[in-house]
Amino acid sequence: MSARSRKILMMPGMTSSTTCGFELISAEYTGADRLAAWKARWGINRMAYRIKPGLYALGGPSASSPVFASANYKLSFDALRTNLKGISAWLLVLDTKGINVWCAAGKGTFGTLELARSIRESGLEKLVNHRSVTLPQLGAPGVSAHRVKAYTGFSITYGPVRAEDIPEFIASGCKASPEMRKVRFGFAERIVLAPVQLTQFGRYLVPASVILLLFGLKADSLLTAGALLAGTVLVPALLPWLPGRSFAVKSAAAGLATTAVLSAFLPMPIYQFCARGLIYSAAASFIGLDFTGASTYTSLSGVKKEMRAALPAQALALLAGLLLLLFGRFL
Amino acid sequence: MSLKYLSGVTTLKLNPDKCTGCGMCVNVCPHAVFIIKTRKAAITDPDLCMECGACALNCSFEAITVKKGVGCAQAVRNGFLRGTEPDCGCGGDSSCC
Repeated sequence: MSARSRKILMMPGMTSSTTCGFELISAEYTGADRLAAWKARWGINRMAYRIKPGLYALGGPSASSPVFASANYKLSFDALRTNLKGISAWLLVLDTKGINVWCAAGKGTFGTLELARSIRESGLEKLVNHRSVTLPQLGAPGVSAHRVKAYTGFSITYGPVRAEDIPEFIASGCKASPEMRKVRFGFAERIVLAPVQLTQFGRYLVPASVILLLFGLKADSLLTAGALLAGTVLVPALLPWLPGRSFAVKSAAAGLATTAVLSAFLPMPIYQFCARGLIYSAAASFIGLDFTGASTYTSLSGVKKEMRAALPAQALALLAGLLLLLFGRFL
Repeated sequence: MSLKYLSGVTTLKLNPDKCTGCGMCVNVCPHAVFIIKTRKAAITDPDLCMECGACALNCSFEAITVKKGVGCAQAVRNGFLRGTEPDCGCGGDSSCC
């Protein structure tokens, strides 16, 4: 037993079995992959998007071919393999419980120990003549590169954030440019997340809207749907242009604007408009605050700070709106 | 148009005495919070930090500290309701991240 493998065996939770097996995989992006991605975005049977963890061979990799690590979430794995067209490589898929690289790194399943275990159990040591694994940069919140090196002898290179930059990354001698290292949150990246938000809150608010309609409350039925769309679609779409930095404030503004626009088609006394403005802005604010979790730049400290102020404010606005709606006619 | 979150909230701290200027933090930060200036890391704008923890975890000289976490309202709510640390529960059949 070499000094290196003895070191690995000292790690917690590590088994000593070495399988040395791998599966062949193609770089093609098929219609079925496209359909699976669409379904995943809409949250349809989303836990079915797991890839079997382990080692995969893409193209015809040799002992000197590069090794790329990924998560066992289909969208992550597809992004990697389809951007490696014409490149022979080994793909090391960690067991992240079907979660994408960044989220898994956040909770540590795309992590130091899992990577070390995976390197060891895949038998990579015998398959390649180099000692280097390239990780997606967004794996870094879970992986301590120097510890992986100490545990396995493999050094970690952090690649670009986006798999589409990998060919350029390789061409420039495995150096990620400052642009490749930056997470973006442009319109396309934001709007693709809207369906998940919409289905999550629509589950409760679409039935609520239908019930309000059945009770003859046409205005409130429509405005409930409006708040749902404001919080789940307008917030992602218009994020940079909505006022303030706080998601609660941005979302309240989207809710108020939506309520105002829809109210133009719903004749009502001014006190009712004020009441509904309060209710549906508060609702949109609550819904839109959850988009912090899907965004790429909010911090835990920031979210805690704004929630401490936003939740009481939302509750108060809702209560004031309901009271005004019920008793406003007596004012 | 660049997006920036609340100012003055981050828990990110850099100890220049321990820093060797290796540049690992520059490599892993997704928001270009660090630059290397006169052979040491420096923080450009702390408000850009999202507390992902990549820099601290990959600094072999322990020059960086940050209270790592996910900036997710749902996770904070879950943590509050269950009396635990913020947890988005993405391991189960949930629809976040």
